[in-house]
Amino acid sequence: MTALVAQLDPSFFRDRSESDCIRENGAFCLDWALDNLDRYVTPTLEHLVLVVVSVALGFALAFAMALLSHRRRWLVPPFLGLTGVLYTIPSLAFFFLLLPITGRGADTAIIALTAYNLQIIYRNVMAGLANVPAAATDAGRGMGMTERQLTWRVELPLALPEIIAGVRIATVSTVAIATLAVFAGGGGLGSELIAGSNITFRTGVAIAGGIAIAMAIAFDLLLVLLQRRLVPWRLAAERRSREGARFASLVRRVRGAVP
Amino acid sequence: MSLPLAFLDAVGGAIDFIFNPRESLGGGAEVGGLGQVGELTLDHLELTFAGLAVSLAVALPLGLYLGHRGRGEFLAVAIGNAGRAIPELALIAFLVAYVGTGFLNVTIALAILGIPPILTNAFVGVRQVDRTAVEAARGMGMSELGIVARVELPLAAPTIMTGVRTAAINVVATATIAPLAGQLSLGDFILARNVYGDEGVLAGCSRSPSSSCSPPCSARSRPAASSSPARRAE
Repeated sequence: MTALVAQLDPSFFRDRSESDCIRENGAFCLDWALDNLDRYVTPTLEHLVLVVVSVALGFALAFAMALLSHRRRWLVPPFLGLTGVLYTIPSLAFFFLLLPITGRGADTAIIALTAYNLQIIYRNVMAGLANVPAAATDAGRGMGMTERQLTWRVELPLALPEIIAGVRIATVSTVAIATLAVFAGGGGLGSELIAGSNITFRTGVAIAGGIAIAMAIAFDLLLVLLQRRLVPWRLAAERRSREGARFASLVRRVRGAVP
Repeated sequence: MSLPLAFLDAVGGAIDFIFNPRESLGGGAEVGGLGQVGELTLDHLELTFAGLAVSLAVALPLGLYLGHRGRGEFLAVAIGNAGRAIPELALIAFLVAYVGTGFLNVTIALAILGIPPILTNAFVGVRQVDRTAVEAARGMGMSELGIVARVELPLAAPTIMTGVRTAAINVVATATIAPLAGQLSLGDFILARNVYGDEGVLAGCSRSPSSSCSPPCSARSRPAASSSPARRAE
């Protein structure tokens, strides 16, 4: 009755290679992997585009929402509620709920992935702004800064660690969820996981899954480096009290992760 | 034809699919209707609860223990981070390709996705409990187990519940791809569109988020309330 499992095509393995390893669906066929690496280039690039575009869009939207609601506090509850509802929709269901409106394609996947990022980034930007010491804003105000200068020159720089932490969480989870974009016709690494009878092909699953995980780790490292670059004073403070800072960053991550 | 109208039309079709059975697109079998939708909803719930129960059974005691002893921070952090980087689809595909299909395997996959948020939040929740409360309990002669169960657990409950909520969202969402691993769930309507048609796809989608609501809704008021102690701990 499971239509999909019934569709699996046993001829898949013979189509691609004559080696014993492929015919017996061995745990990992290195020869096949080396010969066929090129078939993973396009899905990997599609995956990258999905992630970069949806995180960039999500960041732009969430950042704008945070700036809007920073001085207009009454906007915070509706924004939190709206992004929270979007975050709760299961990702796969989200792709398909959009199908009647936007049709199949990468656009549909990007809309869903973007909506999924809003909550994570918005919460982190707001938390970062809320954690700015009152003394710093008071000092800025005392120096005669306007509200706009205060936001851009005092509050946002001090909130940067939280903001980047939010982008890290959003990026890593988007890399993972983007594997489902294939169901919306959005391509990506998911197509190498399920298209045709790929799902029973061990080597293929290991390669595609491995690329996705490596991509998540690479993005995470890249953003850590970016944070070091943008917030050098943070590093000095962390060296001074390594234990405390580590726990604080863990707490921050847990806060940021959950709506 | 404007977009909203097209969407309403599709929603109407989906509602019709939920209540009235029809012939499958390939012909022959009868699909849709309250009977089948209800059955798959039950399958979906069964998978969700099994996955969530296993992850709770594994992650909650471990998180409470590590938090109570103040140890294993690295473990809690690493598992929490790694959990976010695991692609759901790759995990299911991995289990199908290497282990096999079936209820047990899908439950294991769902549990793997549910464990990280519960473990990390249980650890952080317990670590954030006011040490003076724990010392007071110890001074009153409570056993270590009693301290965990009657002091730390209740005080950490809001943070733990947010973790359970995240886990529930992960598990319900991933249960929709369970049919790929030979286990029926509401995802069957979504994935096998050649059998059910577009109405089935939409019906399956609109049902699955609603089932995700039962654990999250009970914890709805929590996040706002629990964010302040975290900030103080920093």
